[in-house]
Amino acid sequence: MNLFVLLGIAAVMVLIQQVLTRWIQLNRIAWLGIWWVALWAAFSYGINPPLPNSIIVLFMAIITIALMAYLSADNEELEEARQSIVRFMVAQEYRIALVIVLLVIPAAVAAWTYASMNEAPQPPSSGRTIHPPPPSSITFAGNSIDLATANNPYRELEHTDEAAFAAHVANGRRIYFQNCFYCHGDNMQGAGMFAHGYDPLPANFNDATTIAMLQESYLFWRIAKGAPGLPSESTPWSSAMPAWELFLTEEEIWDVILFLYEYTGYEPRAQGMPH
Amino acid sequence: MTTDSIPVVRTTCQGAWWRGLPAGLAAFVLLALVAGPAWGMPQEAAPEYRALPFISSRVLMWAVAELHLMFAAFVLAVPMFALVIEFIGYRTGDKRYDQLAYDFTKLLSVSFSFTATLGALLTFGLLVFYPALTQYLVKIFSWTFLPYVLLFFLEAFFLYAYYYGWGKLSPRLHLFIGLMLNLVGTAIMFIANAWLTFMNTPNGIDDMGNLTSLWEAINNYTWMPINIHRLIANVAFGGAIGAAYGAFKFLGAKTLAAKAHYDWMGYIGIFVAICALLPLPFAGYWLGVEIYAYDQSLGITLMGGTFSWLFIVQAVLIGNLFLAANYYLWLSMARIPGAERFRGFIKYLLGVITLCFIVWATPHSLVATVEEARAMGGSHHPILNVLGVMSAKNTAVNLLILTTYVSFLLYRRANKEATVSWARIGNWIQFGIFAVVVIYVVFLGVYGYFVDAQTRIGLSRPQVLSVLFAMASVTVIDLFLFKNAKSRGEIVWGKISARSQYALFFLAITFTWLMGLMGYVRAGMRQHWHVYGVMRDTSVDAFTPTLGFAGGVVSAIVIVFFLLIAIVFFLAGLSGRKDWTPKSGSRWNEEETTVSTEPA
Repeated sequence: MNLFVLLGIAAVMVLIQQVLTRWIQLNRIAWLGIWWVALWAAFSYGINPPLPNSIIVLFMAIITIALMAYLSADNEELEEARQSIVRFMVAQEYRIALVIVLLVIPAAVAAWTYASMNEAPQPPSSGRTIHPPPPSSITFAGNSIDLATANNPYRELEHTDEAAFAAHVANGRRIYFQNCFYCHGDNMQGAGMFAHGYDPLPANFNDATTIAMLQESYLFWRIAKGAPGLPSESTPWSSAMPAWELFLTEEEIWDVILFLYEYTGYEPRAQGMPH
Repeated sequence: MTTDSIPVVRTTCQGAWWRGLPAGLAAFVLLALVAGPAWGMPQEAAPEYRALPFISSRVLMWAVAELHLMFAAFVLAVPMFALVIEFIGYRTGDKRYDQLAYDFTKLLSVSFSFTATLGALLTFGLLVFYPALTQYLVKIFSWTFLPYVLLFFLEAFFLYAYYYGWGKLSPRLHLFIGLMLNLVGTAIMFIANAWLTFMNTPNGIDDMGNLTSLWEAINNYTWMPINIHRLIANVAFGGAIGAAYGAFKFLGAKTLAAKAHYDWMGYIGIFVAICALLPLPFAGYWLGVEIYAYDQSLGITLMGGTFSWLFIVQAVLIGNLFLAANYYLWLSMARIPGAERFRGFIKYLLGVITLCFIVWATPHSLVATVEEARAMGGSHHPILNVLGVMSAKNTAVNLLILTTYVSFLLYRRANKEATVSWARIGNWIQFGIFAVVVIYVVFLGVYGYFVDAQTRIGLSRPQVLSVLFAMASVTVIDLFLFKNAKSRGEIVWGKISARSQYALFFLAITFTWLMGLMGYVRAGMRQHWHVYGVMRDTSVDAFTPTLGFAGGVVSAIVIVFFLLIAIVFFLAGLSGRKDWTPKSGSRWNEEETTVSTEPA
């Protein structure tokens, strides 16, 4: 959050309400316009890192609809607003203001067009799918693994044999730092030494919306098959993840999964349950 | 309010039972022409698929299935609330309710014919274009077809008996027929739901796809969630379409009495729709949980993968639904004396709705340019990220529901003044319940970020239950609070702006669009499977269409549906018209005069 900007916007709003309204009578349309500008400024400049333009457009569309609903939810207020617009359009006293508005609107459009044409060229943005859906089963070293029912075979050691479990986690730690941390980073935030070279960036496992929401069999599939194993739907995936089945054994992959959850403190999503 | 001037002619809809027949025959002939060459060929191995010229058979079947579903939903829903309204009329002796229930029922006969015709078209289409799939489903579910057909006949009987028997049968017998119509209709839907849910979450079969237990195949993972979800959604949809009919008649009404009646009809329709809309997200969430439980791949495809963007579109539509429903309630206050004292609350309610709408519509994966993504440090925004997951969404939708309930509470209280001695304490207790529940819902939403996925999913239950508790307890207190309340004046039905009626149209269109969109998502999440994990789609259409194409098809279906509904409205409106009489001096008049003056 950019608190300085947000407080500034709030201060201007208070000033308008407490000071400006002593001299100028602001009708409902003017107030709604002020609110619209204030919220646009808050979304555009009050949040750090900045929101993508697509999100600002979405939020402002919702706010515009809401403000329009507020304006028209009361018959008397709407009629008053309509009359004030008509007054502004026809009354002699507003002639100069009307001319200014009629000049400012096309000038603003022209300025916006000029500014957007002068922006540095960018590749088009697109809605990217984050979680590729896994197949129902995969083959690993010639054996078929059903992803709907597969469990980490070493997970139950957590309760039955703590020493053996700790050994598997330690093995997972070794594998992670030998193979994975170059991209996913030493604290699993997706900020490894090679990360800056990728688009999109490597997954951040500390994020509550990545491995915390997934079953272990899903992670097994992603690690084992990597980018070459991604489904044909929702392409391009733009993933640089290697197919680790070529370098690691099945046990090593399950071990590294244990380590990922152990390090981040998350629990894997359980299988099945409701019905 | 009087309904004396509302024209009701109940005998002008004769012969409706055969309306579907010519269209059904035409559909059959059309399909026979398309498939004729294949049928005329020597007997070889039956093809798995057949194609159509000009249009993909998948798109055709998609449109037919969706239109069939929309009309079926309407035909199933209207008798539910028509029966309740009729029952209220019977118990209270108020003829207005009887008239209102009949007005809703008038929409049924033509809609039922459309449903049957589209159903026939769907069946023929499946047989012709997807013979292998149809054969497999028949093999699994053949025992369910006979009761389905029998129930369909019974539905036709009860529906027309309910419609034509209005005012002709004893009220109790008529109500019993209405009840039977509802039970039979619901049973039909449950059977059909077994077929389609089996395609998504097959059960009761062995590794080779052979049936091992018919009951298991029927009672698959998503059968009961879909049954409940559709039952509720149908009522919401039916109420919204009924309200749109009220709005259509209101805008064309010539007399104040007719305006008053159709204003009331629109209000009742949308009241039914909102009541059903409130629990709908919970039913949808249960369905989602079952899908995830059956197969995480399906769940991820749905919510996090290929179809996740459609859920953002869904969120925008649902947000608009809540906003429009509240907007209608606020505009409706214009017809209630004393409502002006609640106007000041509107801006706060709108503020909460807007905030929840924004949270509900915030995507988890953002559309961003490379530059924007680099500034964010990845695909996820560090602040918005927390709004993109279920903890935030569940909290937002629960607060949206509570806010809509508050709008309704204000509407309900508008012309009442409590006279009980404990009125002040009662208000504070109600406020306290709201405050505690809101804090509890928000707390659970935040707490969801700090627990594992399984616990987080479980948190939705206390959230839902606390909201339901708040609505139930506040309603009970309100009933006692305003017992023998002082009235500030009667509701002036018909005194409402035209904007409110367009809000009703907007709600009906949005409901329909939402239904089309989610119908596509439910079927499409199987991706390249006809029966998920059992029978693969090997046709040329075995690919997931782009979001834009899918959105275009759904929109086209919605337009076709409303063209057909316009026909339903027109035909239903005919029953209220005066008998045709020739103009003076016309040929018809002359002939009549000639006939009458001829000597005997």
